[in-house]
Amino acid sequence: MKTNELTYGVLAEFSNPADLMHGAEKMRDEGFKHFDCHSPFPIHGMDQAMGIKRSVLGYIVFVFGLIGAVCGFALQAWVHTKAYPLTFAGKPYFSWQAFIIVTFGLMVLAGAFAAVLGLFHLSKLPKFFDGLFYSKRFGKFSDDGFFISVDSKDLKFHDEETSRFLESIGGTNIEVIRGE
Amino acid sequence: MGNPVNMTNHKPKQSADSSAGAIIEETPLIAGNHTFSSITEKISGVIEGPTPKMWWVLFSFSVSLLLILVGSVGFLIWEGTGIWGLNSPVGWGWAIVNFVFWVGIGHAGTLISAVLHLFRQKWRTSINRFAEAMTIFAVICALLFPTIHVGRIWVLYWFFPIPNQMSMWPNFRSPLLWDVFAVSIYFTVSLLFWYVGLVPDIATLRDRAKTRGKKIIYGILSLGWRGANRHWRHYELGYLILAGLSTPLVLSVHSVVSTDFATSIIPGWHTTIFPPYFVAGAIFSGFAMVMTLAIIARKAFGMEEFITVNHLEKMAKIIMVTGLMVGYAYSIEFFIAWYSGNDYERFTFINRALGPYAWAYWIMVSCNVIIPQFFWSKKLRTNVTVLFILSIFVNIGMWFERFVIITSSLSRDYLPSSWDYYSPSIWDIATFVGSFGLFFTLFLLFLRFLPMISMAEVKGVLPQADPHHPMYQKSGEAHENK
Repeated sequence: MKTNELTYGVLAEFSNPADLMHGAEKMRDEGFKHFDCHSPFPIHGMDQAMGIKRSVLGYIVFVFGLIGAVCGFALQAWVHTKAYPLTFAGKPYFSWQAFIIVTFGLMVLAGAFAAVLGLFHLSKLPKFFDGLFYSKRFGKFSDDGFFISVDSKDLKFHDEETSRFLESIGGTNIEVIRGE
Repeated sequence: MGNPVNMTNHKPKQSADSSAGAIIEETPLIAGNHTFSSITEKISGVIEGPTPKMWWVLFSFSVSLLLILVGSVGFLIWEGTGIWGLNSPVGWGWAIVNFVFWVGIGHAGTLISAVLHLFRQKWRTSINRFAEAMTIFAVICALLFPTIHVGRIWVLYWFFPIPNQMSMWPNFRSPLLWDVFAVSIYFTVSLLFWYVGLVPDIATLRDRAKTRGKKIIYGILSLGWRGANRHWRHYELGYLILAGLSTPLVLSVHSVVSTDFATSIIPGWHTTIFPPYFVAGAIFSGFAMVMTLAIIARKAFGMEEFITVNHLEKMAKIIMVTGLMVGYAYSIEFFIAWYSGNDYERFTFINRALGPYAWAYWIMVSCNVIIPQFFWSKKLRTNVTVLFILSIFVNIGMWFERFVIITSSLSRDYLPSSWDYYSPSIWDIATFVGSFGLFFTLFLLFLRFLPMISMAEVKGVLPQADPHHPMYQKSGEAHENK
């Protein structure tokens, strides 16, 4: 080990989604906090197996959708009553029924942006560099690989002991990830 | 007679679908004993392999059509909308027909990606990616037409609420402005939805990339995706929310398009049935286009195991259902015209079926009402050649539907002295044909550079993707014994 190298964590491979999930349950029961399961597709029930709560994204989208709707409605009301009041077909300036469609559209637009930016923000993406990319095997996750990674910042982390634990719960190709 | 027999044939299957235990015994969604890795190989292989000769042939042809579009739009901007066949009273001709046609086609992509996702229809995974791509490209074609129809496209910014030197603001009470918002928001949201779906697959391409250039491009586009469950949990909820937002959006878009007509006082346009009628027609035409493209793509790239006849049959059923809705709307329009007691309405509909545009009306009825009836027969709706031919007829029929609605109503409204017959000029035809060039150029580029089927989603519907599948019971026990 070179002196300027950092230990990012430990990576272990599992053979299938079921083994990955059992592994995650044991990691959770052992008390690991900063570990993650990598799979080519989402596996249902994994949140519970890892002991993590439901995503808060829904609340974020709700708030931004509401902001979009309120601002959209306010803009139209302001344009037709204050900024540029013109009579169309003898209707009142503040004809709120006609504003609903654009209000709805702007709610959806704001909500959709909040959903996309929010989901990447909560996932801490974009993150173009991650210690895991030092691993040669890790690229398999996007094909048919199932991995558990333990981050070195976990309080229970110890490169040898964690490696041994991962092996005991069925992990193979255990790799301590080091890089500059 | 075929109908009741078919329906009874299907009853046991449908009830089997609903009980959870029987799902495994169903016909597998993906044929051919695929593994996770063979799916990656097959779908990425299309992008990583050499460019097929046929692709170049099709691409050259599409680009030639695109050049026709560029030329005819260029001339239009130079000369003005006078080059089209528009006259008084027919101020909306092919351009608006094409606009509604292309927007309608887009709807199937969102229906597949969003509505079928909400209904947990797993079969959508094989077709959603390119159906969404189709949506985006169709909406681009659609946006083109009203944009150039304004004549002075250099003042297009008047449509948007941008503070300007004239202190002028758009009229938010106009359905035409609602359309600007509805269609452009629809485009943006569809693009976001598509990109979110692409991220895990682009990560696959990144991890497989051999050259530095590809590594950088796919690396940037995949945002550092690591397939982590701490990503997936937000990703899945985000995808669900986007589906939930897109569903009312897609229904609203064509409803808003229909209000362009329905809020006018032109007989034949001024009806409250328009929004649901337009939405059903949009889904009908869009599924026909998805079917056409799916059949070409599965054949050209050997994707028969992913887009199985089962998938095509399901689409055929949706085409049949929406076709029946469209047919019902046609008949209700006639009934209401008679029931309203309004002479102009009555005349308009008799004129549609028997007047100077009767030829177009009967093409429409044949393609949209009669053709889908063939899908009652299981034999026909599982025959790929038949499906391909019939889907093209539906595409043609739905173009004629918009043509009939727009031109027949405009050409003969209240005053016989103002009646006139509309026929397109060469530039109308060139622009429409050219828009197919734009659509297919974009579509071919997509097929070449991005995975046409969602690898992550298809892997997720394989039986071995389910950690609670019986096949893992043994290995789980063995595990505990260790």
